[in-house]
Amino acid sequence: MPSLDDLRKRITSVKSTQKITKAMKMVAAAKLRKAQENAEKGRPYSEKMNNIILNLSAGVSDPQSAPKLLVGTGKEDVHLCVVLTSDRGLCGGFNSNIIKKTKNYFEKIQKEGKSLKIITVGSKGYDQLKRQYGKSIIENISFKESKNINYFDAAKVGNLIIEKFQNEEFDFCTIFFNKFKNVISQIPQAQQIIPLENENKNKDKDEKLESNYEFEPDEDEILSNLLPKNISTQIFKAMLENSASEQGSRMTAMDNATRNAGDLVDKLTIQYNRSRQAAITKELIEIISGAESL
Amino acid sequence: MDQFNLEIISPEKSFLTKSDTEEVVIPAIEGYMGILKDHIPLISFLKPGIIDVRSKNETLNYYVDDGIVEFKDNTLSILTSNIFDLKEMDKNKVDKIVKDAEEGLKKENIKDHERYILDQKIEVLNSIKSN
Repeated sequence: MPSLDDLRKRITSVKSTQKITKAMKMVAAAKLRKAQENAEKGRPYSEKMNNIILNLSAGVSDPQSAPKLLVGTGKEDVHLCVVLTSDRGLCGGFNSNIIKKTKNYFEKIQKEGKSLKIITVGSKGYDQLKRQYGKSIIENISFKESKNINYFDAAKVGNLIIEKFQNEEFDFCTIFFNKFKNVISQIPQAQQIIPLENENKNKDKDEKLESNYEFEPDEDEILSNLLPKNISTQIFKAMLENSASEQGSRMTAMDNATRNAGDLVDKLTIQYNRSRQAAITKELIEIISGAESL
Repeated sequence: MDQFNLEIISPEKSFLTKSDTEEVVIPAIEGYMGILKDHIPLISFLKPGIIDVRSKNETLNYYVDDGIVEFKDNTLSILTSNIFDLKEMDKNKVDKIVKDAEEGLKKENIKDHERYILDQKIEVLNSIKSN
């Protein structure tokens, strides 16, 4: 049984932890609103970009001459995985969810006997992956210094990927990030960006062919210019989704922590009061029985 | 004059939307291009230059670095990652971009295409400065 003094100390320490988690929750809530806004504002760009590429790729008749970024290298040997995580912890299952998803994917690839290359964006992902997959990690990027997510950071990652693709260092590229659904649920996602995968491709094809675009310069040139941009755009989108998810996840985690701390304080207070009462009763009994024996 | 829709979108946000545009002149990669209502569907690239947006009661000018243009169903969409309102461009900003571009030109392994883009950039920016 801990002494009264110990209990009192514990209660104070839990209370001050609660204050911290509460403050973190509020900060996360404020940041979440901004991040969500940004994610929404960024959506039209990537949607439009996707549309244009769809229209263009519908017009590509000969897959042989099409840019490799669109149709792939024709081989399936080397997979590049770009894992987007946060730079800070204390955000619940945010990072571990992505890592879990990527590890499943890595195992699948290695079982198939293909080789694996990893780029981590955000230091938490690197920390969690380096023990098991340290040899496969070829690059570790972190944007701790930039306060806001901006397009230039995304373009840096995008250009790196394109450079590696042009040096034929890999055949497939997949990005992993958390898609922001709402504050409570964030869904870890894998999205293949090289070669470009699009579910709507076939569905849209028929109607899109009707609109005859005028291209200047010709289609191939536009496409080969546009695809690298699209990769940066996709990464930027993923980063925006990720930051909204991170704040959402942190908010929920800190909310839970605050509530748990509250429960703990209640429990400890009851225990404290009981043992205090027990001590008083004990003293009383001692006095009474002492008086009786006289 | 007939009016059509214009949207300028940057990765961070929707930069400008207008529905009363009458004419837009864009710096397409192969030369400046004026767009009026009922232009045929078009996809093109931008080179560094000035976008000139004319509507009934105002004229807006923007400087862009690069971008993609799509015109379809009387909506002109411009996607660009670098856009400034000319009114807000001060001399220091222009000087900095010019300096960056000039440094880019000095690199040895520069491709013809890149050189062309950078030359354009410097030319346009210098013309902004002299105004």
